[in-house]
Amino acid sequence: MIQVQARTEPSTLMTFASPFLAIVLTLIFGSLLFTALDKDPLQALHVLLILPLSDAYNISEMLVKMGPLLLCAVGLALCYRANMWNIGAEGQLLAGALGGSTVALMFVDSNSAFAMPLTLLGGIVSGMAWAGIATLLKVKFNSNLILTTIMLNYIALYLLIWAVHGPLRDPEGFGFPESALFSDATLLPVLSDSGRVHLGVVFAIVLALFAWFLLAKTHLGFKIRVYGADEPAAIYAGYNAKAISWFVMLFAGALAGLAGVSEVAGPIGQLTPNISPGYGYSAIIVAYLGRLHPAGAIVAAIFLAILYMGGDLAQIEMGIPIAVVGMFQGILLFFLLACDFFIRYRIVPLREKMA
Amino acid sequence: MDIDLITQVLFAAIKTGTPLLFIALGEAICEKTGVLNLGQEGMMLMGAVVGFMAAYGTGNAGFGLLGAMIIGMVMSLIFGFLVLHLGANQVATGLALTIFGTGLSAFIGSGVVGQTITGFQPLSIPVLSDIPVLGKVLFSHDVMVYIAVFLAIIIAFVANKTRLGLTIKAVGENPNAANAIGIKVLRVRYLAVMFGGAMAGLGGAYMSLVYTPMWVENMTAGRGWIALALVVFASWRIGNIVLGAYLFGLASIMHLVLQGMGWSISPNLLAMLPYVATIIVMVIISADKYKEKLLAPRSLGKPFDPRQMA
Amino acid sequence: MSETLKNQSSSPRLELLNITKQYPGCLANDQICMRLMPGEIHALLGENGAGKSTLVKTIYGVVAPDSGQILWDGHEVEIKSPSKARDLGIGMVFQHFSLFETLTVAQNIELCLSRSQLHSIGDLAERIRDLSATYGLNVDPDRFVHSLSIGERQRVEIMRCLVQSVKLLILDEPTSVLTPQEVAGLFTVLRKLSSEGCSILFISHKLHEVTEICHNATILRGGKFVGDCQPANETPATIAKMMVGDLAEQDAGYEKAFGENIVFTAKNLSLAAKHPFGTTLKQINFELYKGEILGIAGVAGNGQEELMSIISGEDSRTLKNTLILDGRDIGTQSAGLRRRNGLAYVPEERLGRGAVPEMSLSENTLLTHSRGFVQSGLVNWKAVKEYAKSLISQYSVKCHGEFSEAKSLSGGNLQKFIMGREIGQNPKVLICAHPTWGVDVGAALAIHQALLQLRDQGAAILLISEDIDELFLLADRMAAVCDGHLSPVVRAEETSIDQIGQWMAGTFINESEQQEALA
Repeated sequence: MIQVQARTEPSTLMTFASPFLAIVLTLIFGSLLFTALDKDPLQALHVLLILPLSDAYNISEMLVKMGPLLLCAVGLALCYRANMWNIGAEGQLLAGALGGSTVALMFVDSNSAFAMPLTLLGGIVSGMAWAGIATLLKVKFNSNLILTTIMLNYIALYLLIWAVHGPLRDPEGFGFPESALFSDATLLPVLSDSGRVHLGVVFAIVLALFAWFLLAKTHLGFKIRVYGADEPAAIYAGYNAKAISWFVMLFAGALAGLAGVSEVAGPIGQLTPNISPGYGYSAIIVAYLGRLHPAGAIVAAIFLAILYMGGDLAQIEMGIPIAVVGMFQGILLFFLLACDFFIRYRIVPLREKMA
Repeated sequence: MDIDLITQVLFAAIKTGTPLLFIALGEAICEKTGVLNLGQEGMMLMGAVVGFMAAYGTGNAGFGLLGAMIIGMVMSLIFGFLVLHLGANQVATGLALTIFGTGLSAFIGSGVVGQTITGFQPLSIPVLSDIPVLGKVLFSHDVMVYIAVFLAIIIAFVANKTRLGLTIKAVGENPNAANAIGIKVLRVRYLAVMFGGAMAGLGGAYMSLVYTPMWVENMTAGRGWIALALVVFASWRIGNIVLGAYLFGLASIMHLVLQGMGWSISPNLLAMLPYVATIIVMVIISADKYKEKLLAPRSLGKPFDPRQMA
Repeated sequence: MSETLKNQSSSPRLELLNITKQYPGCLANDQICMRLMPGEIHALLGENGAGKSTLVKTIYGVVAPDSGQILWDGHEVEIKSPSKARDLGIGMVFQHFSLFETLTVAQNIELCLSRSQLHSIGDLAERIRDLSATYGLNVDPDRFVHSLSIGERQRVEIMRCLVQSVKLLILDEPTSVLTPQEVAGLFTVLRKLSSEGCSILFISHKLHEVTEICHNATILRGGKFVGDCQPANETPATIAKMMVGDLAEQDAGYEKAFGENIVFTAKNLSLAAKHPFGTTLKQINFELYKGEILGIAGVAGNGQEELMSIISGEDSRTLKNTLILDGRDIGTQSAGLRRRNGLAYVPEERLGRGAVPEMSLSENTLLTHSRGFVQSGLVNWKAVKEYAKSLISQYSVKCHGEFSEAKSLSGGNLQKFIMGREIGQNPKVLICAHPTWGVDVGAALAIHQALLQLRDQGAAILLISEDIDELFLLADRMAAVCDGHLSPVVRAEETSIDQIGQWMAGTFINESEQQEALA
């Protein structure tokens, strides 16, 4: 027999091993599921995980998906480190796309060198503004951040749909709910000729490294960690709780906004109603899987991007519904939370009960 | 605005508020024991799809309800195991449950998208339903509307008048003290979580069996989240939840009113109304920080681990 | 006073044989034996961490022992749960009360009763009123617990046990939260119960109380049984020696000091409570002189927490011309700025407020001490680590190193570390709450020395404690708080425990109001 025993100190090994263990368990679970569905599990796993990395084009597509996931996840990781439960990356991303598109559509016939930077700025500011609403409500009115950010996600979605049906619709677009195509001067430069990897992906990695530096080396980063780990201690130490809340939320909003505008000014090239397959929600999983660490988020974002790519391919190649990706994400987070139990506990053989 | 429109609006408000009522009742009990389950949306979607499939498969809407309740409980057990046994973060686990439920419901429901069933038919209560206006608004609903109200009354009685209600309150306020006097804290919380799951399943089934009645991906459109806000709005009081559910229902169909009054506003902007209303309500109720802290179950969201009791 | 015990010849009510309980990394109880007779008041003595709490929780069924036997009225029993314990007739009053504030007294008591007990009692409220009158407990069944004072809550806990006609009543440090007068009232109740044949197991570390009321005592040290005695035949000193072993030195009396220059003033400090269970501060005036310790006594919840948080700036409401530090009005400054101006603070909760549990000691050093370690926003972690190491060695903090998590330290060692960190910032004023609460004797001695040294270097210390003995030991001047009022401030050697005790109960409030009326 075995029994569960508390560890005297949390296990560092398990802290790092837990995400990988969770991935393995998710894959095992997935294999069983595919078997139950009469799909060859090996082939399914091959399509889901290997095929996305099989050639340069697929890899570049994978990186295109990684960009917005990573940008959102880094911002969320910072928020969660500060115990700010921002679930609103999706809405902030959509707001960024909407705001950036509004700017971009002013430059439809222009070759101005300012077109691209101003578009990006429009997206970043819109994302920050969207995050700012929730922060204001939290700081000023003590509203539940989880619920306000979720509501703002829905509101941003309908705002975007309204915009592409109304003010931002391409007048020459035969009534399709889409904006005009952005001018070349507005679009983010593509890094290589063969794929669609654009400057936004570089931004994502640079910002992840910046956030790492911020958390590890700066006093502000330290205050963020204290505030999240132990709010009474932060107040006791005299840290400005409101300033910390504002900083992490606006940072996350800026990054999510950048992710949104990088999509419309990057691979998509116009504003459409379907610019995000739930990147903002998946970023929550990326942040967790990356242990709320910006460097971990890079690895986790690559994994989730592979899963997204694999989901697309599995639908095409094997007729597996794309919804399987969302389900796997949920299961992955379940397994991660379960494996994290062993950071604080271990299983030992049951001692003989002395009579 | 004419009387017919008012009648129709109020009738629709009650109907729209009913799924919120189911979920909020379940979640309120769950939160009263100190457990915050943010997985309502996921459990609701699973209840909707399983309920629809069971009703579609058997041709009997009653089996649909049963299936929805069972799947809601199964989903809540996953949550319960992670949160109560493994001490996982309640917020993260609830989110995982929602993400999982959203994905899984879309996955298993892909075969029945676009199918239709005959759900529950309206049930005109004799005599009462003939009263002008009130008869239509209150007494010509489907049976689920009355079940929801009936459950609310039972729950209010249990919560306020029985020893079980006392136990629930004690666990939610101070699980350590409850444990010290011999209340099985985890057992109480498990049962509350499962009750919440069953109710969320019912709420979902109402959407797919009565409200639409069909299955579409993501058809709950954030109602699980709105119900969470509703519980806070109601200060965890059952009576307030009933009232609040219908008020939220009214807010959700305001576009009917506005269109009825001849306003021409984009339906996409009107679709934002329930979410905007939720935010406004939350701002109003939460502004007094200490009042909310007072009313909320003290141990809400905090893990209780009997292994840590030294 | 010497207690005599009847029924010496009868058989024991409770007998513990070789009780052993192992926690990860800690043998909490090692082969402990104990015997309790009917009507006996038995003290369980020991330092923090000696295993007292584990042992009584075993008796009450909260903790399952790894091995050993429990005999109840001569029969072996297995007490699996508190309800089983209550069925046997065992009741317990917890140190941190197990009451539910949002419920009424009667509902709190009802939760502890089985259905059959409830049935046999009939009208519970009536029974509570009867018992209340019999024992002079003054407990109203219809009141909500959150409206009760600490002393009243303790009486509710006792009532909870009486309703079930207990044969053994366990009290875990019952006097630490009471005024001296309330303690006397409690002892009257306990003596009455004892005379009726109820056994009482009394956990304490206040030796004069033990010698006053207990017939017998069992002493634990480091989880082991080290001896028993009849307190009436011992002195506090001899018992203390058994509790802590030969190594411990007792705090001797310290020399009192008198400050001359005012460094901090609180003028007409009035402040509404932030939440309904809080205390409103009413017209508080006092001065702190350089080089003195001002001790403030009081039962918990009488405004100490509010006073400390408004002075430290944790309570972010601003006050003008009320809090003056070194000639500067700090009432409008943020907590961080007040720190930079020379205010340091050792809070009551070490873990979770004074230190972040999951962070290392070097990170916890930076928590409040950033001067010299941060340049243009960047942290010099190397310097922080070096400084943390020096704190660890200077204050003999027992830990693996500066990388140890705060939560891995014992209470005493963490308190030494926090004390060192705050003193290391050379404060002009140090606010210090309950500095030795839950700390072993050795660490308490070190903490006392550190405080006195800081005082002698010219700092002013505001010492807030519920431990009246400690206040008399350390403070140069003293006052008490009650219901948000501050009593007059007097020199420690010009007052007595009795006077401070009366002030803690609020007798000065009427006096001052009368004076106001006269004036």
